[in-house]
Amino acid sequence: MSGAQFLGFATAAALLLLGLAFILTLIRLARGPTLADRMLCLDTITMLAASAIGIFAIRTGLYLYADIAIALSLVGFLSTAAFARYLISPKPGARR
Amino acid sequence: MIDLAQYVGGVLVLAGGLFSVLGALGLLRFPDLYTRLHAAALAGPPGLGLVFVAIAFTSLDLAISSRVLIGIGFLAITTPVAAHLLARAAKRSGVAFTDHTSDHTTGPKAK
Repeated sequence: MSGAQFLGFATAAALLLLGLAFILTLIRLARGPTLADRMLCLDTITMLAASAIGIFAIRTGLYLYADIAIALSLVGFLSTAAFARYLISPKPGARR
Repeated sequence: MIDLAQYVGGVLVLAGGLFSVLGALGLLRFPDLYTRLHAAALAGPPGLGLVFVAIAFTSLDLAISSRVLIGIGFLAITTPVAAHLLARAAKRSGVAFTDHTSDHTTGPKAK
């Protein structure tokens, strides 16, 4: 088995694993009892999507997609920070 | 030489996928938000970081490798910060612990 063949097999298997992780995260997203659980699931989904884009970059050889994966992980951090800020913001009309 | 880099990259990609699955499994199975946060924030950076290292190995290009390594450094800094922010916000908004954990600020099993 040559290196390129092994890489193709490994990336396909890793994409399947990521799909499984995505399904597990979606179950928790639907079930999650609190808003914070769902925010955590969105953060995880962003990270899974960045991983899938990175694996796609390896599969196709279009390494431009690596930049997109990095940018997506940055945006994921910002969205989590913003959501956490939203979670502790006082209710409108409440006295600070 | 290129063959060797591709073998290493394939193994790294598989390890990254495995980390992601284990993190998602912890996210599904653990009893409360704080333990789930532990699983997701601990397994997330290796999952994505190993894929990034695999990109650096298979591309064999200095520009791409350096960008990807900077991305890993950023990931290692931001993920704990995001997890801390989320846990702090959840604690302040009153998300409950499981019965197995105790709250050190108010004593064990305090209401």
